Amino acid sequence: MILTGEIVSQVKEVINEKLISANVHTVLVIDGAGNILAHCGEDTDGLDAISLAALTAANFGATSQIAKLIGETDFSLLYHKGEKANIHFARLSGEMILVSIFGDEVSLGLVRVRVDELAVLIKKIFEG
Amino acid sequence: MALIDLGKKEVHCKIVYYGAGRCGKTTNLIYIYNAMSDSDRGKMLTIDTKGDRTLFFDLLPLNLGKISGFDIRIQLYTVPGQVMYSATRKLVLKGVDGLVFVADPLKVRRERNIESLNDLKRNVAEHGLDLAEMPLVLQYNKRDLVNTPVPTLTVEELEHDLNQEYQVPGFEAIATKGDGVFETLKEISKRTVNHVAKKHLFNG
Ligand SMILES: Nc1nc2c(ncn2[C@@H]2O[C@H](COP(=O)(O)OP(=O)(O)OP(=O)(O)O)[C@@H](O)[C@H]2O)c(=O)[nH]1
Ligand SMILES: [Mg+2]
Repeated sequence: MILTGEIVSQVKEVINEKLISANVHTVLVIDGAGNILAHCGEDTDGLDAISLAALTAANFGATSQIAKLIGETDFSLLYHKGEKANIHFARLSGEMILVSIFGDEVSLGLVRVRVDELAVLIKKIFEG
Repeated sequence: MALIDLGKKEVHCKIVYYGAGRCGKTTNLIYIYNAMSDSDRGKMLTIDTKGDRTLFFDLLPLNLGKISGFDIRIQLYTVPGQVMYSATRKLVLKGVDGLVFVADPLKVRRERNIESLNDLKRNVAEHGLDLAEMPLVLQYNKRDLVNTPVPTLTVEELEHDLNQEYQVPGFEAIATKGDGVFETLKEISKRTVNHVAKKHLFNG
């Protein structure tokens, strides 16, 4: 995949507008191979984004296989709740995945709505 | 599938070490990790079972310097070699740009090597790729065992079993000591970066 500076800055702009401004700490866009296409928000201390991206891509791949085993085509989103941090993963077009990390002050419902809106916007940006 | 970031001037490639269980894939990555300076390597991620068998994959991100003004970032992965993890191996191959096939010289592993190479061919085909057209090198690991009483295969036998179809470079190695590890890495990196550059940068 070829990324231009233009695409990356447009993607970051919509992510900042939809999620970072709503107090989501960190957002990553990654591809199916585990590459990071865009990284927004706080550079969360000690966040190993490369490992996170690799594990997310592999985890999504594994979950797709699980979906097939139970007769689903795919699970389009995954969510894990922690004590302080929560993480939400959503499938975008073109095998991309949007990862959002946020605290308890942000509601999951809001994240879901914004992520759905972003999926549409990001698709448009990549399709040019 | 490589990522070329024109804004940051970076090329990211994924190289996967493949091969039968216990052939020494993880050992290659550990040696490389220990030999590189902090500025050229990222964190090594390993997901293993109790003991040292790889369960999902290992990942080692490296910076290999600049080529034509682009920073070359390589992600080295290993797959779990045990037969039962075929589905996992297929997942790890997603988006692969280059491959190292590590062969075990033990006579008793002869069939395992051949099966593993066939499994690789099938798995890349399921991602729509043809192994014969991909950057690939072989590594004949554990050459230290040749001087012990355990029955081992000669390099000629390994070439016969594994390299007739592909005719790619093969490197003798002792991954535990590091012999041949960087020779293997250099050759596959060169081939992979050339392949990616040809495909994405120069041919449009
Ligand atoms: N004698 C000798 N032993 C080696 C060499 N390379 C690796 N080993 C040993 O072989 C065993 C298996 O090595 P690993 O690197 O864990 O093998 P692997 O290919 O990652 O195995 P899986 O994760 O199960 O697929 C370990 O005990 C290593 O120390 C070598 O060059 N010579
Ligand atoms: Mg291993």
